[in-house]
Amino acid sequence: MSTDPRSNDSSVETGAVPSGTERPAARSGAERYRAGVLKYAEMGYWDSDYEPKETDILALFRITPQEGVDPAEAAAAVAGESSTATWTVVWTDRLTACERYRAKAYRIEPVPGTPGQYFAYIAYDLDLFEPGSIANLTASIIGNVFGFKPLKALRLEDMRLPAAYVKTFAGPPTGIVVERERLDKFGRPLLGATVKPKLGLSGKNYGRVVYEALKGGLDFTKDDENINSQPFMHWRDRFLYCMEAVNRAQAATGEVKGHYLNVTAATLEDMYERAEFAKELGSVIVMIDLVIGYTAIQSMSNWARRNDMILHLHRAGHSTYTRQKSHGVSFRVLAKWMRLAGVDHLHAGTVVGKLEGDPNTVGGFYDVLREPHNAMNLQRGLFFEQDWAGLGKVMPVASGGIHAGQMHQLLGYLGEDTVLQFGGGTIGHPMGIAAGATANRVALEAMVLARNEGRDIWREGPDILAAAARHCTPLRAALDTWGDVTFDYASTDTPDFVPTPTEAA
Amino acid sequence: MRLTQGTFSFLPDLTDEQILAQIEYCLEQGWAVSIEYTDDPHPRNTYWEMFGNPMFDLKDAAGALREIQECRATYPQHYIKVNAFDATRGVESLRLSFIVGRPSEEPGFGLTREEGPGRVQRYSLRSYATQRPEGWRY
Amino acid sequence: MQETVAPHTDQQAGDEAQFDLAAALRESRVSEVLEELDRELVGLAPVKSRVRDICALLLVSTLRRRAGLDTEPPSLHMSFTGNPGTGKTTVALRMAQILHRLGYVRKGHVVAVTRDELVGQYIGHTAPKTREVIKRAMGGVLFIDEAYYLYRPENERDYGQETIEILLQDMENRREDLVVILAGYKDRMERFFRSNPGMSSRIAHHIDFPDYSAAELFEIACAMLRRMHYELSPPAADALREYIELRRLQPNFANARSIRNALDRARLRQASRLFSQSDRPLSRKDLVTLEPADIRASRVFATQPSSDSIDSTPQESEP
Repeated sequence: MSTDPRSNDSSVETGAVPSGTERPAARSGAERYRAGVLKYAEMGYWDSDYEPKETDILALFRITPQEGVDPAEAAAAVAGESSTATWTVVWTDRLTACERYRAKAYRIEPVPGTPGQYFAYIAYDLDLFEPGSIANLTASIIGNVFGFKPLKALRLEDMRLPAAYVKTFAGPPTGIVVERERLDKFGRPLLGATVKPKLGLSGKNYGRVVYEALKGGLDFTKDDENINSQPFMHWRDRFLYCMEAVNRAQAATGEVKGHYLNVTAATLEDMYERAEFAKELGSVIVMIDLVIGYTAIQSMSNWARRNDMILHLHRAGHSTYTRQKSHGVSFRVLAKWMRLAGVDHLHAGTVVGKLEGDPNTVGGFYDVLREPHNAMNLQRGLFFEQDWAGLGKVMPVASGGIHAGQMHQLLGYLGEDTVLQFGGGTIGHPMGIAAGATANRVALEAMVLARNEGRDIWREGPDILAAAARHCTPLRAALDTWGDVTFDYASTDTPDFVPTPTEAA
Repeated sequence: MRLTQGTFSFLPDLTDEQILAQIEYCLEQGWAVSIEYTDDPHPRNTYWEMFGNPMFDLKDAAGALREIQECRATYPQHYIKVNAFDATRGVESLRLSFIVGRPSEEPGFGLTREEGPGRVQRYSLRSYATQRPEGWRY
Repeated sequence: MQETVAPHTDQQAGDEAQFDLAAALRESRVSEVLEELDRELVGLAPVKSRVRDICALLLVSTLRRRAGLDTEPPSLHMSFTGNPGTGKTTVALRMAQILHRLGYVRKGHVVAVTRDELVGQYIGHTAPKTREVIKRAMGGVLFIDEAYYLYRPENERDYGQETIEILLQDMENRREDLVVILAGYKDRMERFFRSNPGMSSRIAHHIDFPDYSAAELFEIACAMLRRMHYELSPPAADALREYIELRRLQPNFANARSIRNALDRARLRQASRLFSQSDRPLSRKDLVTLEPADIRASRVFATQPSSDSIDSTPQESEP
C-alpha cells in the first residue's frame, strides 16, 4: 500500500512506491509494471545472488526446456508459475510485498550426463503457504506449472522443508517407536502379507487366509488397495471375519497381531464409518490408499491420532507421476509430504522385488521416512539437508515379489525398521499358508541372529538360510520353490550422481 | 503352545553361547541390557518384573549371562527375557528383546467371546496360567 | 577374541611340532605395551621385570595349551604392594592391556574400587553391591585398592567378610571372566593374606613396588614439567633436589603423587610471583620458568608453617 495513510486511490494508479524495502534496483516501478509481457527472469523470478533464508521452503526441479529456451528463463518461469506470476504484467502486484512473495530461482546447473536437462533450485517464502496443509503446499508447488509450454518436461526432485514449517504438522499418529512398543516387537523387521487373490474371495474365505498367515508367524496381514466393498465381499463382512482371525491368531501365539483393514471409500464420511467400526472391533491398524487425496489423508491421520490407531498408507497410483525420471514428482518428495501429512506405514520399495527400485534411490526414500535428520547425500538422491524437528518416523513397507530366499538382501538393504510383505511368498507356499508364514519368520530370525553375531550376511546369507532350513521344513520348501527367482531389470529412477546405476542384486 | 513373543522365538531355544553373542552385540551398540521375568505372558502384559535394574555400565556380556543364570535359578518355571535399551534421541526405547527362559509346559491362552449387536464379537484373551494366583502358576 | 592369540587346543601337535615364541609375541603386540610402560614410568626396574616375566609365562602357557599340555587357564589374580604413588594403578592399566592382547581377558578395561563400592551398610546390601561391581569388571580387571579394609577382624559382623567370600568364589569359578588385582601397603597386605589364606592361595603373582629413589623422583618431576610445558632454572633444579630429599623423610610421603602436588603448588607460586611483577611485560621464558623462590617457599623448608603461604588447598596433608 501507499506509504501515506491519507493518500487516496489515485496513488495506486500513478504508481506511488509500494511499501516494503525490496525494490528492483534496475528500473523504476512505472517501467517495471507497464502493461505487457516481460521475461520471467526480468520480472524478478531469477536471482543468482539470492541467499536462501533458513525459513524458506526450497525446491529442486529437473527442467527440460524447449529448444531455444534459455535454462535460466525456464527456471524463472517455474519459480514464477509456482508462486505469484501470471503470463503478463499486472499492476496489482504493487498492492503487495510482491518482492517477498516472488519465488526465486537462485541456482541452475546442468544434470550430469544428461544434455538438455537442468537442475533448478527455487526458494519460496514461508508466508506463501498455509500452515499444516499438504493440499496448499502442493497446489503451489505442483499446481500449475507442470503443463507449462516452454518446458518439454518438469520433475520435482526434492524439497527442503524448514523446521518452522515442519512444526506446523503433527506427523505420523503413531511413529515407529510407539508402534513397536504397542506391538511389543523389537529388533527385527515386521512381517506382513497381502491377502491373495486380490479380488473375489468371500469374507469367510478371506479371513481364513488372515488366520493361517498370522498363526504361522506373520505380524500383519493386509487388504489390497482395491479391496473396499464389492459385490463378492461387503466391507463389514470382511472386517468381522478378519478380526475373528486376528484374535484367534493372538490366542494361538501370545503375540499382538494386526490386519490392515482398508477403510478407503467414496467419501470421507464412509471412511470415518469404516474406521470407527475397525476401532470397535479392536483392530490396532487401519489402511488408506494414496488416491483418496492429501486432504482426506490428513483427516484420517487426525482420526488415527485421536483413536490410537496405526495408519497404513498404500501408495496406490504414485507410479503415474513418480516413475519417469524426466517428468513428474520424485517419490522422495511424496515421502516427505506423507511424513508431514502423518501416516505410520508407507510402501517405499523393495530394491530386490518386482517393482521399480534402485538401491541408492530407495535407500534415500527410507532415510526420508525414518531418520530424525537427513544429511545432504547426492548419491542417495537427497539434494538438501532436512531436519525433521522431532517429527515421528514412518515405517517403510517393502512389498511386491519378495521371498524368504532374499532375506539377507532385504535385511542388508532395508535394515530393521521396515515391514517386509511376502504376499505370494506366504500364500503360495507349497505346504500351505501357515507354513509359508513360518518359513518367512524363521528365515528372518535366523538372519537377524547371524547379523548380530557379526557374520557377513551379504556373503553368507544363502548358507545361513540353508542352515536354518535344516530345523525348519517349511523354509526348506520355500527355498526349493523360490530360491532362484529374481527380478533383474534396469531401474528407471536412478540417482544422477553415480557413474553407473547400482545394480539390483 | 509355544509363546512366540520376542525376536528369536521361532528358532530353537538359544544356547548360552548364542545369548552371549547377542548381548555382546547390544553392548557394542551402546545399549543397556536388562532382564525381566513373568508368569503372566499375556501379549498386553507390558510390565514384566524387573530382575534388577538395566545394566548401564556393563563392558562384557558374561556379567549379564550370570544374571540370566541367577534369574533362571530363582524362577525356573517363569518366562525370562533379555531387553536391550537404546537411549539415542529419536529411539529411547528397546532395540532388541528375546526370550531366554520359559516354563516346561506352556498352557497358552483361552479366547472368550461375547455376542454383540450386528454380529460383533467382543474378544478377550486370558492366559490359562493366570487361573492360579501369582507365584503358583507353573 | 580378535587381535589376540586365542588359546585353543591342538591335541594333534606332536613332539616335532614347532612353536614360534617370537612370532606369538609379535602377533600379540604386547611389546608395544611394555615399551609404553617403560616410557611412562621412570625407574621401577623390579616391577617392569616382573611384568615381563608374567608376559613370558602367559605366552608360553598359550602355546602349551595349543599343544594340549595345559587345559586349565592359569590363575591370573595378582597383588600389587607398595606405598602410595609408586605406579600401581598405572601398571594395573597396562597389565589389563597386556592380558587383553594375550587373550586372557576379553575386553581389557579396569574397574578400580575401594571397600566403599563393594561393602554395604546393612544386611542384604553387600552381596548385590559386590556382584554389581564384579559384573561391570567382567571381561577385564577388578582393581581393589587398599584391599585389607575389606577385612576388619575387630568386628566379626563386618559385612566385608561377605564381599571376600563372593570374591573368592568368583576368583576361582570365573577365571575366564575376571582377573582381580588387590593393592595396598605391603605390611598391611601381608597381614591381610595371613588372616585370609583362601585369598592368599588364589593370588598367582605378587609384585612389590619399591619407593622411588631421590634421583628417580627428580626425573619424574622433570618429565611432569615437560608435559606441562614448564622449565626449571638451574638454581630451581637444585632447590627441587633439596626439596625431594627433605620431603621423602617427612610423614605422608606419597612418591610420585607428592611430587605432582609439590609442582602444582610451585606453579601457583610462580603465577603469583609473575602477577606481582605485572608492571613489566612478560617474556615467554618468564611464563615457562620456575625459579628457586617458587620451590623454596614450601613449608618443607621451614620449621614453622609460614602464614603467608599460598599453600592453602593442599591435596594431601603437608608437614
